[in-house]
Amino acid sequence: MNTGTSTGTPGVIACIDASRSALAVCDYAAWCAQRLQSVLTLLHVLDHSSFPVPGDLSGNIGLGSRELLLQELAELDEKRARLMREQGRHLLDVAAERVRAQGIVEPLQRQRHGDLVESLQELESEMRLLVMGRQGEEGDSLGQHVGSHLESVVRTLHRPILVTTGEFSVPRRLMLAFDNGPSTRKGVEMLAVSPLFKGLPVHLLQVGADTGDARAALDEAAERLRRAGHDVHSEIRAGEVEATLLGYEQEHDIDLIVMGAYGHSRIRQFFVGSTTTNLLARTRKPLLLLR
Amino acid sequence: MPAKFAEGESKDVAVLDFAPFRTGSRIAAMTFSQKLRFEWFSNIRGDLLAGLVVALALIPEAIAFSIIAGVDPKVGLYASFCIAVVIAFTGGRPGMISAATGAMALLMVTLVREHGLEYLLAATVLCGVLQIAAGYLKLGSLMRFVSRSVVTGFVNALAILIFMAQLPELTGVTWHVYAMTAAGLGIIYLFPYVPVVGKAIPSPLVCILTLTAVALLLGLDIRSVADMGELPDTLPVFLWPDVALTLETLLIILPYSAALAVVGLLESMMTATIVDDLTDTCSDKNRECKGQGIANIGAGLMGGMAGCAMIGQSVINVKSGGRTRLSCLTAGVVLLLMVVFLSDWVGLIPMAALVAVMIMVSIGTFSWDSLRNLKQHPLSTNIVMLATVVVTVGTHNLAYGVFVGVLLAAMFFANKMAHYLHIGSELDAGGRQRSYRVVGQVFFSSADKFVAAFDFKEALDKVVIDLGRAHFWDITAVAALDKVVIKFRREGTAVEILGMNQASATIVDRFGVHDKPQAIDQLMGH
Repeated sequence: MNTGTSTGTPGVIACIDASRSALAVCDYAAWCAQRLQSVLTLLHVLDHSSFPVPGDLSGNIGLGSRELLLQELAELDEKRARLMREQGRHLLDVAAERVRAQGIVEPLQRQRHGDLVESLQELESEMRLLVMGRQGEEGDSLGQHVGSHLESVVRTLHRPILVTTGEFSVPRRLMLAFDNGPSTRKGVEMLAVSPLFKGLPVHLLQVGADTGDARAALDEAAERLRRAGHDVHSEIRAGEVEATLLGYEQEHDIDLIVMGAYGHSRIRQFFVGSTTTNLLARTRKPLLLLR
Repeated sequence: MPAKFAEGESKDVAVLDFAPFRTGSRIAAMTFSQKLRFEWFSNIRGDLLAGLVVALALIPEAIAFSIIAGVDPKVGLYASFCIAVVIAFTGGRPGMISAATGAMALLMVTLVREHGLEYLLAATVLCGVLQIAAGYLKLGSLMRFVSRSVVTGFVNALAILIFMAQLPELTGVTWHVYAMTAAGLGIIYLFPYVPVVGKAIPSPLVCILTLTAVALLLGLDIRSVADMGELPDTLPVFLWPDVALTLETLLIILPYSAALAVVGLLESMMTATIVDDLTDTCSDKNRECKGQGIANIGAGLMGGMAGCAMIGQSVINVKSGGRTRLSCLTAGVVLLLMVVFLSDWVGLIPMAALVAVMIMVSIGTFSWDSLRNLKQHPLSTNIVMLATVVVTVGTHNLAYGVFVGVLLAAMFFANKMAHYLHIGSELDAGGRQRSYRVVGQVFFSSADKFVAAFDFKEALDKVVIDLGRAHFWDITAVAALDKVVIKFRREGTAVEILGMNQASATIVDRFGVHDKPQAIDQLMGH
């Protein structure tokens, strides 16, 4: 098994866990790695904080209590960590088998101890694109639900993140949620130069009032993408942002939504809520989030 | 790393790359609610239960430590409440328990006796201010000078002092008290072996309840908590210490405040390290310093005495399953509720029950391993540990003990480093010239050895001293070299010194390996 440490050039990193979404994560990651012609790393993070804490309420301490307690806790952690590592390795093996079947010659497998967000932050320099599922292991029973780690991952990392939702289907049509903000303007540039979506038709959709300025910015973006060889359809629609985006997605059979993530401040999010979080919770299609 | 990547490779390789919009640490990246959840609510059941167990054990301790300090039990109980509640929010080590402690109580005895409670409260507030200053000056990092043997000596001395503080309760009393204390210890250590309930009910609580019931039923005439002074009957209220704000007052309380601040931080830092190890997580030591300061200011203004982190209680907390800030908060709140609303009952607890609990605390604090390790550890380590214990027990001041321990450890270290000096020589040019080669560390401790290695009686034309592989650490070393050169000159011998530049590079104060990459080669290489 290849557990290489550092790969030099940044590649696609896929977060594998025991949740239902892991298979779709593998498929999307394999597809992206092939389009980008880059290395695919399958990552499994062992988060010790999920261990339940044992409690002995006898409340007394005697000779050597401290040493004994340290020994007991260390032994317990050791057993659990070993089991978790074995299980994680098995998951990674299955995932590697799956991406190999899709033509990835040498997927890298990595396991790291610690918090998911922290681990991903450490790997950021090796990351070109991150693929992860919308919900983790605890979320499987909760239906449509955004995993607890996802928002902090998206807020922490400065790399594009592909969030998978359901089963894998080969993306054929994209939609870019256009708001003429800095991250979407960069998103247009990225779509134009990246091999990831080369040749796929792109729908540019702006939700808001159809003013002259908005139209001009949209047209400029459409022109940029056309020059890059995309078939572009652009449109401005009025209405509530999430509902309009999702309506358009169903209408035009969109396979993947590209958008800037968390453009607004936390304070605004606290009172108004975040478009990104709401869309993540409601969409049936994968989202590519750009920071 | 990211910066290099962004400028170097973004054009050709990383098309899917964006310049960072925002840099922030992981904690900053955690949303407020996530941080709240992680530090407070990630282990609710365990923390509530552990907090309850800790509160039950804190009550006898707070009363006992008040008695040590010579104040009413309510002073210690208010202090334990305030410190536990405030530190839950301000501390840097979730899962650690802070309250009124024995180490601190021992330092206050003379202040209380000579000047009274109000001065103690003022000293407590000033102690908090000093601790906050220590936090901002990042003095928590000074803990690296406190070696493991000193830490062991500290906890052993603390255990002995807590035990000794119980002796007045055990001298000049009837046999009933001895019997009660022995029975109490029996309950504490044997009750956990009772099936089912043994591990669900804290045995110190069972001990207190049983002994109180026995004392009441038999109508024993033995001392109880109510005899020791006033118990709290209301919630604590804000009270500015009633002292004159003059220089004179400051000069009275400052020595006490300084000692309290030092000992409080020492015990807190040591306990934080113990909790770090037990839970395999890390803590923010400087935040803990500031938090201890804020907690002490709070205690002083609410009529409580100074306190700090508690080794025994923190171990009990972790053992009971407490991990987050919630357990310390629970302990403080439960303690106050129980004491205020059950104060009539708390007053009935016989002192023998408290003594039994405190003996348990002292046994639990003592490092049993340190006795076993005496045989295996080097003599110097043992001397450091024992000196810390002896000085502390003799002076009743942990600060002195730690000071002596650190000093001894540093001297032993200097002595060991002095062995790393070798001076070889060879005679050449037909017996007219000798070359000395100095390898190793030259400093105050090895300077005499350095001088003694040269043979000044040998009649030579010339002496070559090669210092290329030596390190001159201080002015003593330079003076020793001067002495050697002058002695040879007086014999009419010419002296040539090689490699002086490399050797003296180490004299430079704050010779930082970290900021000069080539320095590490200089340090290790020659």
